[in-house]
Amino acid sequence: MTSPTTAQLRKTALNGVHRRLKAKMVNFGGWDMPVEYSGIVAEHMATRTAAGLFDVSHMGEIELRGARALDLVQHVTCNDAAKLAVGQAHYSGLMNERGTFVDDLLVHKISDTHYFLCVNASNQDQDFEHIRAHNRPGAQIENAGERYSQLAIQGPKALGILQRFTAVPLESIRYYHFALGQVDGVDCLIARTGYTGEDGFEIYFAPEHSEKLWSALLDAGSEQGMLPCGLGARNTLRLEASMCLYGHEIDDTTTPWEAGLGWICKPAKGEFLGRDVLVRQKEKGIDRALVGFEMQDRLIARDACSVSIEGRPAGRVTSGSPAPFLKKNIGMAYVPVASKASGTEISIGIRANEAPAKIVPMPFYKRAK
Amino acid sequence: MYPSDYRYTKEHEWIKATGETGTIGITDYAQHELGDVVFVEMPAVGTKITAGQVFGTVESVKAVSEIFAPVSAEVTEANAALSATPETVNNDPHGAGWLIKVKLTNPAEVSGLMDAAAYQAFVSEKETSA
Repeated sequence: MTSPTTAQLRKTALNGVHRRLKAKMVNFGGWDMPVEYSGIVAEHMATRTAAGLFDVSHMGEIELRGARALDLVQHVTCNDAAKLAVGQAHYSGLMNERGTFVDDLLVHKISDTHYFLCVNASNQDQDFEHIRAHNRPGAQIENAGERYSQLAIQGPKALGILQRFTAVPLESIRYYHFALGQVDGVDCLIARTGYTGEDGFEIYFAPEHSEKLWSALLDAGSEQGMLPCGLGARNTLRLEASMCLYGHEIDDTTTPWEAGLGWICKPAKGEFLGRDVLVRQKEKGIDRALVGFEMQDRLIARDACSVSIEGRPAGRVTSGSPAPFLKKNIGMAYVPVASKASGTEISIGIRANEAPAKIVPMPFYKRAK
Repeated sequence: MYPSDYRYTKEHEWIKATGETGTIGITDYAQHELGDVVFVEMPAVGTKITAGQVFGTVESVKAVSEIFAPVSAEVTEANAALSATPETVNNDPHGAGWLIKVKLTNPAEVSGLMDAAAYQAFVSEKETSA
């Protein structure tokens, strides 16, 4: 299979900026994206101790409008969007009839007739097609990815840095809530969400303002230790925070119960795609469960390494990596449900070795309140 | 940039050879490609390595990189300091970041490797075509 040349990859509005900063670039889901600028460890640590600025404009946005918008959101997702207040968001799953994930996403309620979905970059077109195919309620739907750039500002200093550019009192935006306002004169959806396990914000705005906002935030933030951060640090941060990545912990073969995401799965809300399968699985019990583990010696588990328990094959690592803040090597994997207890010893196949690891509670990292 | 008394491979290893003894590491180009090195796995003292074959790995946060032997040799020492400070491979890849010391089986193999000018040309071409 030939890979696309760089010329064929999709680019965010900040592509030139990343290249001027000499970022190492990678093909991520068909997008030409920065993996790292100054180094994954430095960027990861900056986000945990000061702030990190991430171009996440490759993410997709889908907008649902009209009197039937809520019905459509409810039909295609597993969380209960009827519980959202205006200005509130929640994490959810875009589901199929088999009760497995088409994608994971954030659902924001802008009004009773306007829902704003943020979906994964590599899935945005399939997600839109899936929603379109299941639009029985007849809502107005828009694949709006091209109309938005998105920046994430994450870390203990993120609020203070962003506050300099907006009259919106950011402290009053509670976690998983959002406001519509201006940042440096640019209309934005300002959400107190993120994929790092730190406090921070994700802002959505029209792409023509990308360089202006990026530069303003980075210039102000650099004085406080903010670094531009790429997808490498984005991955190590979310892994430490035990957040799922589509294509790894969740995909179209996994259900919310198996993935430990029962907290976003609400059969009681009423009908949705896959609900019957999920109700049956809840009654019957799951066969496998997602767990977190820590390596016991110095070898590093990587994605797709084999997992065995007491000499028997038990699955594969879904995500494995060094954890720069915790200074450990960690990972997640699906194991038979009988073996999921914390403290269970497992083996990870790494080159010619069977490397010892131990199941630990998740999240690996939780920020101090 | 690339020491003139070293020899280099297309897989971005270097060897500093003096007669029958040598020191082997990875080049500045390799450490930059890899990113932050977090773990180095090298063979035990006494291991025989074969020219062109994998003898160890250098791991960064994101990647596992196999290291190929520039020459056939016997390992006489592995750089123990890299256990505590693997980032030395990034900070000083041609000096303190050395990986192994060896006794060469066939010192004549060294002259078949690229010299500093050829290696510099080799990586410059890689950088412009990226």
